[in-house]
Amino acid sequence: MSEVIDATGLSCPKPVMLMVKKLKSIENGEFSIIVDNDTAKENVCRTAEERNGKIISIEREQGNYVINIGTK
Amino acid sequence: MNRIKNFFAGKWGIIVTGIIIGLAAIALQYFGNPKNMGFCIACFTRDIAGAIGLHRAGVAQYLRPEIIAIVLGSFLIAVLTREFKPRGGSSPIIRFLLGMFAIIGSLVFLGCPWRAILRLGGGDLNAIFGIGGLMAGIYLGTIFLKGGYDLGRSRKMKATAGLIFPGIMIGLLALIIVFPQVSGIIKSGILFYSTKGPGAMHAPVLISLAVGLIVGIIAQRSRFCTIGGFRDLFLFKQFHLISGAVSLLLTVFVLNLLLGTFNLGFEGQPVAHSSWAWNFLGMVLAGLAFALAGGCPGRQLVLAGEGDTDAAMFSLGMLTGAGVAHNFLLTASPKGIGAHSAFAVIFGLAVLVLIGFFNKEEV
Repeated sequence: MSEVIDATGLSCPKPVMLMVKKLKSIENGEFSIIVDNDTAKENVCRTAEERNGKIISIEREQGNYVINIGTK
Repeated sequence: MNRIKNFFAGKWGIIVTGIIIGLAAIALQYFGNPKNMGFCIACFTRDIAGAIGLHRAGVAQYLRPEIIAIVLGSFLIAVLTREFKPRGGSSPIIRFLLGMFAIIGSLVFLGCPWRAILRLGGGDLNAIFGIGGLMAGIYLGTIFLKGGYDLGRSRKMKATAGLIFPGIMIGLLALIIVFPQVSGIIKSGILFYSTKGPGAMHAPVLISLAVGLIVGIIAQRSRFCTIGGFRDLFLFKQFHLISGAVSLLLTVFVLNLLLGTFNLGFEGQPVAHSSWAWNFLGMVLAGLAFALAGGCPGRQLVLAGEGDTDAAMFSLGMLTGAGVAHNFLLTASPKGIGAHSAFAVIFGLAVLVLIGFFNKEEV
């Protein structure tokens, strides 16, 4: 069961900081991060892909975005 | 709508946004706003504070329509694209205080981050110290962020809460309509209008509104944020947001050169002073406040338009702080810093360092 990080309600740049911290800590694997607005979604996806992350999928759940990220 | 959204949020979108804001700023300057002040969220908030009587500095009293229009532009496009999301509850009183210190610092430098860029693009080399201070303040902010500083989660709120700030802007617009400026007269009904100084220099109301609306719309779509630009550079070595700030600077620089309004130097710059130390330190305070609050004042207005009541509290803190700054002699002027500017900046830095250090939330 991969980890799910709840980044809902967090101010810029916290969602990205949490994602980067998680991405750095895993050599390879997957995790999910939940954000509640488009800006955070764009920032998380952009930053993940600039590093060794790839966006596996983005699901909508109760108005939030569940971003599934894996390592490249 | 989706295609517009996707474009402005992308790599070229934010660069185009910087260009459009640059064009808008020079246009407003051309139509009457003060030099190197096509936009200044801090100066304009200060002018609004004066217009509604929160302070009585005669040179800074005008209900700047640009501020109203940026918020309403963001509000309208957010509603249309379903990004209007009423939310709040993330330490609002701290954000209010951050807004107060942000404008106190900005009014020592005499500009918000947008204006710092406009001043530099106009040849005002004093802005180098301001931008340097901004970078130092933001860098300090990133140290606190990495140390766990957090203002806590916001939560969804009802539409009534999210509509308050856009509603206040509509109310201010109504005041302009009901009590329009009468040439040469200091007061029209309940509103104050400068008859001299920067407050007396402004573009026609309709032009300010139209340009402000456009800027509000594209700033919302692109998530334009000058503070975020430096912050993301320091934290993530990311160039996305800063590219918008750079494109704004280059646009303004080129337009000023073409129009002959470029004036290189330190002395005699419009609505500016040459105290390098206080230009720097004022913006260290402002930069740290913006970084702790999560965005530059233009971004805070845009977020407030989207229903973010925490950003609205920050913006109201700025309005209140502007009144306090003038009443307590904390602001600078072209002659130099105010009687109590130095104390306010040092005190503010001390308070913000304490907040940055101690305000850690488990998230």
